[in-house]
Amino acid sequence: MNGVHIQNISKKYGSVTALQTISLNIGDGELFGLIGPDGAGKTTLFRILTTLLLPDSGSASVCGLDIIKDLKEIRMRVGYMPGRFSLYQDLTVEENLSFFASVFNTTIADNYELVRDIYVQIEPFKHRRAGKLSGGMKQKLALCCALIHRPDVLFLDEPTTGVDPVSRVEFWDMLDKLKRQGITILVSTPYMDEASRCDRIALLMRSGVCLSVDTPEGIRRSFNKPLYAVRAKNMYPLLEELRNYEGTLSCYAFGDSHHLTLKSYKKDIIHLQSYLKEKGFTNVTIESIEAGIEDCFINEM
Amino acid sequence: MRQFGSFIRKEFYHILRDKRTMTILLLMPIILIILFGYAITTEIKQSPFVVLDNSFDTRTNQLIEQLQASEYFTLYSKVSNVEEIENLFRQGKIRMALVVSPTNDLQILADATDPNEAAALIQYAQAILSSQLSTFNFQLSTHLLYNPQMKSAYNFVPGVMGLILILICAMMTSVGIVKEKEMGTMEVLLVSPMKPVYIVLAKATPYLLISLINIITILLLSRFLLEVPIVGSIWLVLGLSVLYALVALSLGLLISTITDTQQAAMLISWVVLMLPVMLLSGMIFPIENMPWILQIISDIVPAKWYIIAVKDVMIKGLGAETILKEIGILALMFVTLTALSVKRFKIRL
Repeated sequence: MNGVHIQNISKKYGSVTALQTISLNIGDGELFGLIGPDGAGKTTLFRILTTLLLPDSGSASVCGLDIIKDLKEIRMRVGYMPGRFSLYQDLTVEENLSFFASVFNTTIADNYELVRDIYVQIEPFKHRRAGKLSGGMKQKLALCCALIHRPDVLFLDEPTTGVDPVSRVEFWDMLDKLKRQGITILVSTPYMDEASRCDRIALLMRSGVCLSVDTPEGIRRSFNKPLYAVRAKNMYPLLEELRNYEGTLSCYAFGDSHHLTLKSYKKDIIHLQSYLKEKGFTNVTIESIEAGIEDCFINEM
Repeated sequence: MRQFGSFIRKEFYHILRDKRTMTILLLMPIILIILFGYAITTEIKQSPFVVLDNSFDTRTNQLIEQLQASEYFTLYSKVSNVEEIENLFRQGKIRMALVVSPTNDLQILADATDPNEAAALIQYAQAILSSQLSTFNFQLSTHLLYNPQMKSAYNFVPGVMGLILILICAMMTSVGIVKEKEMGTMEVLLVSPMKPVYIVLAKATPYLLISLINIITILLLSRFLLEVPIVGSIWLVLGLSVLYALVALSLGLLISTITDTQQAAMLISWVVLMLPVMLLSGMIFPIENMPWILQIISDIVPAKWYIIAVKDVMIKGLGAETILKEIGILALMFVTLTALSVKRFKIRL
């Protein structure tokens, strides 16, 4: 009932394609993630679903309401947190929250228990102007404001961008709690590591192509080749050399190691080891690892 | 209604917390009145003049005394021949000369390099000397209506009111609405049950209030500082001002629907609103002297009609029935502009 159904939505800005025939079905009470780099059309999709933009073609419904015809009803029932901090910087934390509560014809007191867990963290600063809050605090306040009218569906556009790692983890903990209250949540993020906290995710590519939709686990399992993490003393020359290696299918730098897939494995691993030794690399380790979301993403591209 | 009330409260927070803008908004009318009243004046004060007296009559001295007694003229010297007058004019030492012939003919000479000033000087002198002139062979035929001392304040007080109201209502409202777009808060407001018309009304209300405060400030200053009497009904003046402010608000709203940045809104407000008010409303330059094309353009400047109506009421003391045309035009402008901007107001991004 409180699901979101998207059918063949396309959107262009002039000659730039933002979304290409996207179709998604998000179930009631699901925590659904849109994962993709900047320019993948995540914000455009959110704006279409929140009735702020009209799609060029295709149709969509939120809570069973049509995004074009039932504009007013949808606006009563969704909560939206834009990617950019969109609260009043010259109003205090408390004033912002009570303003947005009254815009939705409710009060802080009415829905306090819904936002309590989040609000207690910013309450010590309730008399501070919103513009003077730190990044993480701002996002928590914005989430409170988007939640204060107890929406059925919550749209969060890159809520953790520009937020420190600790606050990011806290933020996702809050989303878990909200999900347990039965709120359908659509969240977008460019961070692949956050994808595993969603029930299901859609991988979006630049210019709005949807690569795959599955549970994070399912997406990881769909990675059907053995994956190796390779380390050595000189990491940068190692990347060059691995890419030059004849048996290499793909190789990318991933933090402290290089993730490598091979054309044909088993025998190649031993061959690769001697190849690298020959090239003068020391402390070479090659270990077999599980693919992460990011590996899948790069692989699908 | 509670929705609307808290929106207005929010607007007041914005305005009151922006101390600099607030100060400018409240001080601007005072500064403008003082500037126009004392610095930028088209009045002539302490103009030096000379007298060439060929009649050797005591009445000439009475003339000089009367001119001297006014604040507009000071005697530069007495001269004995016409060449001296010419020299003094050329050197720019004097602005006017009185020549009394042996047969008691009175001639007033003025330096017409600035024709407006010359005309004004002669009119001033005639007005001042009117009681004396009958004894000379000189018949005074000019009679100045309503502004016998030709006080420019009579002209610019309604002008400043027209200017301030446009500035605050149109510019501040358009900038205020566009700011919401620029800051991204409009995005959140649109995805809410708040009706767009409430958003706009709530934006406009505080500025309407501030502009009323400004009108009262201007009226007080002009009454007690510049001594411009308010002859007609003060309520009619205030009512007219509210109507004009509504026109200005709807103009600001229209501007906000066609711009996306505060800078653009500000620029358009200046070019489309401020300049026409200053140049085409009759506040500074008389409309009658403009080429016909500018006269036609001046008809669509709301300030023109407001200034005409306020002058009629405030200075001539006329009643509402005489300014029905102006009221009608302003009301029509308000309805048209509001309809246009409501139609243009985007309910989406």
